[in-house]
Amino acid sequence: MKAVTANRLTDGRVVYLTADRRWTADIAGAAALEGEAADAALEAGLRDVLTVVGPYLIDIEGGAPAGAKRVREAIRLTGPTTGSTKVKTKESA
Amino acid sequence: MYRYDEIDEALVRERVAEFREQVTARLSGELTEDQFKPLRLQNGVYLQLHAYMLRVAIPYGVLSSDQLRLLAHIARHYDRGYGHFTTRQNIQYNWPALTDIPEILDQLADVEMHAIQTSGNCIRNTTTDPYAGAHADEIADPRPWCELIRQWSTFHPEFSFLPRKFKIAVTGSPEDRAAIGVHDIGIRLVRSEAGEIGFEVHAGGGQGRTPRVAAKLADFVSQRDLLAYLTAILRVYNLAGRRDNLYKARIKILVEAMGAEAFIAAVDEEFARLKRDGALAVPSEEAQRIAAHFPAPAALEGTPPARRDLPYRRWLARNVKPHKVAGRRIVVISLKPYGGTPGDATAEQMELVADLAERHGLSEIRVTKEQNLVLPHADAGALGDIFDALEAAGLATANAGLASDIVACPGLDYCNLANARSIPVAQAISTAIQRAGLEEEAGELTIKISGCINACGHHHVANIGLLGVDKRGEETYQITLGGIADGAAAVGKILGPSLPADQAVAAVVDVVAAYLDQRRSGESFIDTLTRAGLEPFKEAVYAQ
Ligand code: SF4
Repeated sequence: MKAVTANRLTDGRVVYLTADRRWTADIAGAAALEGEAADAALEAGLRDVLTVVGPYLIDIEGGAPAGAKRVREAIRLTGPTTGSTKVKTKESA
Repeated sequence: MYRYDEIDEALVRERVAEFREQVTARLSGELTEDQFKPLRLQNGVYLQLHAYMLRVAIPYGVLSSDQLRLLAHIARHYDRGYGHFTTRQNIQYNWPALTDIPEILDQLADVEMHAIQTSGNCIRNTTTDPYAGAHADEIADPRPWCELIRQWSTFHPEFSFLPRKFKIAVTGSPEDRAAIGVHDIGIRLVRSEAGEIGFEVHAGGGQGRTPRVAAKLADFVSQRDLLAYLTAILRVYNLAGRRDNLYKARIKILVEAMGAEAFIAAVDEEFARLKRDGALAVPSEEAQRIAAHFPAPAALEGTPPARRDLPYRRWLARNVKPHKVAGRRIVVISLKPYGGTPGDATAEQMELVADLAERHGLSEIRVTKEQNLVLPHADAGALGDIFDALEAAGLATANAGLASDIVACPGLDYCNLANARSIPVAQAISTAIQRAGLEEEAGELTIKISGCINACGHHHVANIGLLGVDKRGEETYQITLGGIADGAAAVGKILGPSLPADQAVAAVVDVVAAYLDQRRSGESFIDTLTRAGLEPFKEAVYAQ
């Protein structure tokens, strides 16, 4: 499935397009679409130039980012991972 | 420090007013994003993964206490309470709202700061030795020359649309601490046999996709001729540099394609023309006027307090450097707590450093390309108080120049261009090295991490470099060994196949351990690597 994501124009925050063509910061509210419906949603997002910057399609599965860009999209969704060290060393693993 | 004159002030204020209008026009739809993007970039505003990022120029890495306090104020009121000091001696804010940025820029202008030329294909902020004007080994203070270059290059109409961005570094010491070998232009202050101070000029160095060490163009350019010579280099590049391919547009590619000899001949021809014309000659009164803004600090009576506590003594030995003036010391303030984010400082930490500089160090602070801060003129007699205050704020890690003093770009936690994360890997390496207890024994050793081949983390010129590589959606890291940033610059060699993060962290510890096993008395990491070759390190990392 696909969802449309973008950055909000005023502050750059990550947003997703809902089924009723609004933008939400909550990926659970994102419209999960396929094929032409996804392309049409992207078109709608691209027209909303006063609200967002750079809309594009991402892969989602079960309400979470999926596919080749899932790490990037997961970081976009939840924020930087630098607060706690998520990379485990041999000793700590 | 240099103080802005009315021309600087007017230029900056005009630019802020213009940007305020541009933001309003974008928000109202009068400007499209395509029209607005180059305008915001010209004002240091990028759009990253989660938010806008504002890059503020810190001219040649020099800050006053008042400026640092304002940077803290911005962090607290317009960001998330911290700022990130970069490998180009600037600061970046990761969370400002676009709607706040005109106000931020206005406040920056109050303390003679701005974000001009921190992006785009122009001459960027000139960088220099963070110990400029302070270190005992200095031939002359490079800051007045950096300031001259700043004035010459700001809004330079001919050089505002170069084939690519352009970076100049200057060192005033024989021991290069500005990495002049890997800049578009690298300048070394030298003294001629007749005792005259001039410039040895290098060009065509750089990192990124095609790392190259600069070629020496001239052994001695006089003070009078500096701007004519730099203009000649920029002109040759501006005319002959490639504009058809982003990856081949830097001056390093041109120097290589033409060959150093032909490039030098072209520069010399243009230089001769400019000299005849004479308009770019630097009047000695102007050089003196600028230099007068950078007086040598007065000597003091104090000496570092003798104390028994080991943390203080360790810090004194590791983070405090000799000064050219009696009674003063250079203090490196590590922004690399074990497991922390390299280069991040909170608003409170910035304010503390600003206060310490004001009380004990002529109100001056430097930012280093290693992403640390420096008190360049600290009162030696106050070092005990300085240490106590820094320690209480988590700023007294005694690791300047050691393996845990890791340089890392923002990587995939913030950056739109990243393949992989840099900061968490740096955090894990610094923790692992501390746990393994290797760093004191290993001594000076550089580790640098970039999240993609743009190499903002300077991994090519690290003794141990890590480069984030996307392997079918997985973050992996390619390790290089043998890079050198300062002095005889060198590009590291690839150790072997890239590794997932946890293995890359373990590999770095293994490389450090292998160095300690292989090391002969007095050898640096580079010495051991040069003698023993990559094999023992490959064995240590890939044999299991
Ligand atoms: S090296 Fe790449 S990932 Fe790191 S900050 Fe630069 S562009 Fe971003």
